[in-house]
Amino acid sequence: MKHIFANLIILSIVLFSTHALAGERPVVRMAITTSTENSGLLDIIQPVFEQVLDIRVHVIAVGTGKALELGRRGDVDVVLVHARPAEEAFVAAGYGVARHEIMYNDFIMVGPEDDPAGVRSMRDAGKALARIAAAAAVFVSRGDDSGTHKKELAIWQQAGIEPEGYWYRQVGQGMGKTLQIAGEMQAYTLVDRGTWLAHRANIPLKLLVADGPDLKNAYGIIAVSPERFPNVHYPDVERLIHWFGSDEAHALIAGYRVDGEQLFYPVN
Amino acid sequence: MDSLSASTAESFRLLFSGDAALWVIIFTSFTVSVRAILIAAPLAFVVAFLMAHLRYRGRRTMIAGFSALQSIPAVVVGLTVYLVFSRSGPLGDLQLLFTHSSMIIGQILLSFPLLVALSHAAFQAADRRVWETSVTLGAKPYRAFMTLLHEIRFGLIAALLAGFGRIIAEVGCSMMVGGNILGYTRNIPTAIALETTRGEFAQAIALGMVLLVLALLLNGLLAFFQGRGEMSS
Repeated sequence: MKHIFANLIILSIVLFSTHALAGERPVVRMAITTSTENSGLLDIIQPVFEQVLDIRVHVIAVGTGKALELGRRGDVDVVLVHARPAEEAFVAAGYGVARHEIMYNDFIMVGPEDDPAGVRSMRDAGKALARIAAAAAVFVSRGDDSGTHKKELAIWQQAGIEPEGYWYRQVGQGMGKTLQIAGEMQAYTLVDRGTWLAHRANIPLKLLVADGPDLKNAYGIIAVSPERFPNVHYPDVERLIHWFGSDEAHALIAGYRVDGEQLFYPVN
Repeated sequence: MDSLSASTAESFRLLFSGDAALWVIIFTSFTVSVRAILIAAPLAFVVAFLMAHLRYRGRRTMIAGFSALQSIPAVVVGLTVYLVFSRSGPLGDLQLLFTHSSMIIGQILLSFPLLVALSHAAFQAADRRVWETSVTLGAKPYRAFMTLLHEIRFGLIAALLAGFGRIIAEVGCSMMVGGNILGYTRNIPTAIALETTRGEFAQAIALGMVLLVLALLLNGLLAFFQGRGEMSS
């Protein structure tokens, strides 16, 4: 037994030293939104840019609000999010170098088959939300300061409605979980098209509102300022952002299909 | 119901076909938690020994303190470690956030009070004469300490298993300080949380089964060693 304790100490030293030897390629930390992660796009493009740029990218998937907060604290090197006003504020405050729009898709509204608020086939999300509020039909909100949540709040504001009441439920969860909850409650919710396509087989809801001008969903990538945080790996991030503007990246993004449908549209 | 049985069948296929991504996650869980427990345990045993054998002011408070800390929520530990190791935090220059090291530190903090409290009980129950006899026979304090450890080994192993059981299954701290990075800091509990939100229930169930089997195994071993401990005392 005495030997066992001595051996355990040696073993722990060995375990630690192998870990120290493991680093080779430079590591870039990228905070992305859960909707990007859930869409599966990254599984396709990440191996490609890691190979082309000879870097390792550690992806941390959180809501847009949290992703920007990680950037403000200097805990990641680059953020890929979708909430334009918040992104512009992030850059203006000196936390980010510049915002590059790399792709877009759209939000849609889903709800129960019997559609108690009568919003089926509407295009204008603001008017649809007004009907849901008027009918006091149950609406599930992300409630987590994510890009989707910010978008939803912006649409409410444009419609001039302060959502409150027993029918308005903030769940504070990621997009996939929120969809599942909305499905269980037979409620309406706002969702990015990518997450919807990935989940629709298992969610007892229908696509009701789409293609409105207020439903565009643009994704931006921002390098965290090397002036504010000297530790960030800015040169590698710059190469990564440059790669997102390449033909190779555009072809991969435009070619990505879920259930036979195109999910993202690259921006030149 | 249909999706439950289909997901379960798929999860068995994932587990036994050697799905690489799944086993990387399981491997991460084990390397992180094993390292955490190996670092925490020796220190915890020394602290517990001192609490059991020395008489000093504040000893009772210390014992009560470690007892109370056993129930500290993992998310609180996670938040604390996050704020300390964030690049804007006091130890940010070490750049440990979102690495195995920060996860290990979080798990050390989580398991330490449990290890101290349980091993303290074992030291307390040990016959003081073991220590006194060894010293009288001319053993140096280190040798005497090792003899004592040997004497109460079953109690200490039970403490190790309980500590390991706590950290292998916790999700809050790993998620916050590890970042759930695929192929690096994603461990069993954070992967289950993620796969559930993604609607990939087969993966979640497969990993859940690994944890379940492990929990049963640990509890079985725990019962066994506690039984041995009682017999030998």
